[in-house]
Amino acid sequence: MNIPGKTERTGPVLFSGYKRGEAITKALSLSREDILFELKDSKLKGRGGAGFPTSTKWMLVAAAKGDKKYVICNADEGEPGTFKDRVLLMEYPELVFDGMVIAGYTMGASLGIVYLRGEYEYILKSLEDYLEEMRKDNLLGNNILGKGINFDIQIVLGSGAYVCGEETALIESLEGNRGEARNRPPYPVNTGFNGKPTSVNNVETFAAVCKIILNGGKWYCTFGTDKSTGSKLFSVSGDCEKPGVYELHWGAKISEVLDLVGAKHTKAVQVGGASGICIPKSQFNRTLAYEDASTGGSIIIFNESRNMIDVLKNFMEFFVEESCGQCTPCRIGNSKLLEGVELIEKGEFTFNYINKLKDLGRTMQVSAKCGLGQSSPNSFISILENFKDEVLNKSNGGRNGR
Amino acid sequence: MLTAEKNAMVEEIELLVAKYGKDRSALLSILHEIQKRYRYISEYAQQEVARMLDIHPVEVYSFISFFAFLNSEPKGRNLVRICKTISCDMVGKSAIVKTIERELGVEIGGTTKDNKFTVEYANCLGLCDQGPVMAINDRVYVKLTPEKAVKLLSEVK
Ligand SMILES: Cc1cc2nc3c(=O)[nH]c(=O)nc-3n(C[C@H](O)[C@H](O)[C@H](O)COP(=O)(O)O)c2cc1C
Ligand code: SF4
Ligand code: FES
Repeated sequence: MNIPGKTERTGPVLFSGYKRGEAITKALSLSREDILFELKDSKLKGRGGAGFPTSTKWMLVAAAKGDKKYVICNADEGEPGTFKDRVLLMEYPELVFDGMVIAGYTMGASLGIVYLRGEYEYILKSLEDYLEEMRKDNLLGNNILGKGINFDIQIVLGSGAYVCGEETALIESLEGNRGEARNRPPYPVNTGFNGKPTSVNNVETFAAVCKIILNGGKWYCTFGTDKSTGSKLFSVSGDCEKPGVYELHWGAKISEVLDLVGAKHTKAVQVGGASGICIPKSQFNRTLAYEDASTGGSIIIFNESRNMIDVLKNFMEFFVEESCGQCTPCRIGNSKLLEGVELIEKGEFTFNYINKLKDLGRTMQVSAKCGLGQSSPNSFISILENFKDEVLNKSNGGRNGR
Repeated sequence: MLTAEKNAMVEEIELLVAKYGKDRSALLSILHEIQKRYRYISEYAQQEVARMLDIHPVEVYSFISFFAFLNSEPKGRNLVRICKTISCDMVGKSAIVKTIERELGVEIGGTTKDNKFTVEYANCLGLCDQGPVMAINDRVYVKLTPEKAVKLLSEVK
């Protein structure tokens, strides 16, 4: 494969060295309650974007009634500008899979499923081989490390649908149905895969769990901020000298990231991918944290040469294509927002209509059935508000804009 | 399709069902493998899968129609997918697309006359730090230039 091999990565938590099985050994010497306490102490929040406390989710699954329980690793990574899960799976599978075994033990699940996006099929073989090694080392399978714990992992490939990253759509597709998000509640913690209690977690969340079990929740809290503890992997792309995956403390300023990656003449930073928000220069002192600019890790940098309406159009086309079409606010709403962008592009908009579209966006945020339609208006609203001078007042020379 | 081919396909589907199970939850994996092997999932294959999993054929069709990677009509022998999402867009995906369209004499979304290539757009392939990115079947190629893209395509059998 022509993907560059393992680069030496360094980082405070995840990129700091780890030996396969270490955290499993430690975890199996602890009680389930102790593990849940440790996770609670760590204040770890899910790294897939929504930021739900991991200890709470695991506690709910552990407490749920069910003859079978499942652990699902969400490796559907499809958010534009996100590629950190690919790096974790290719270069640090030990952290991800050990985390899954710990999850299985803690919640009493005997099967883990990795939902790998179809686009990553080229890493399937190496992951399968890796799992086979784990089985040989008795870190997977029956009676793990002689502790009477049974847990195995299987990998299922997705088939090219961004919405299947949404946990209930993911579960639907695993069950052999169209990947259409479910109404929630009930949540997967009670009625997940095949109706059984299921914990769906992001790839990076499992990796963080390993480090927390090894070093303790208190230790984990020494990184990051009070509300956003630990470290985060950021996928940085766009206009900069050194794009790539970086591990930083939560709470890093956007300007610090820009310096780190050699970004010059930056005009805007999209935080959180197409479903995130677009931040203008005047706000580069904001921090990357759940309590400020929250993100699943996508950072896309735009320099002064970029036209923000082109950027917005690219995002809206993405959502029009990827909407599952199940609910009206999202199916029609995204098309309307895209039409609005095209009107702006042609200079044929009225301010009145654009304001109506922003209202439509706010309606989508509260009325769409799943996170896709709830967050797709974010970039529309933030770009039109933060870059209104460029987009609406002069650049396109629209009749109304002049 | 010849009867012999049909029988061979049925046998293969039987093997897949044996591997992934008779439960509906095997559908994603089974269809993925059929797609990989035949490059599309024919009506006949859909019926056979439905029969073996004991679901209605239209359920299988509905499932296929949902997913970008599954198709019920044949495409070219090789699938070329060029990422059009923002980070690749900013580093010159348009030049790659124009060149490929010209060299292969096909427009995006189309199939070449000799049926060798179908060329499509893809949404973000998760290699945004190394764009422009293109996938040929299940392999990915990064940091493309128009010239490099053409060379890669000429190496495909
Ligand atoms: C449209 C959409 C796509 C999503 N894609 C992903 C994804 O690729 N990976 C992921 O971990 N979470 C994704 N999520 C979030 C998941 O629904 C879920 O919150 C997450 O997997 C939970 O894991 P965590 O608690 O460890 O973050 C997506 C959500 C939405 C609405
Ligand atoms: S919000 Fe969009 S993706 Fe989600 S269920 Fe509705 S139509 Fe489907
Ligand atoms: S934008 Fe092309 S790979 Fe992500």
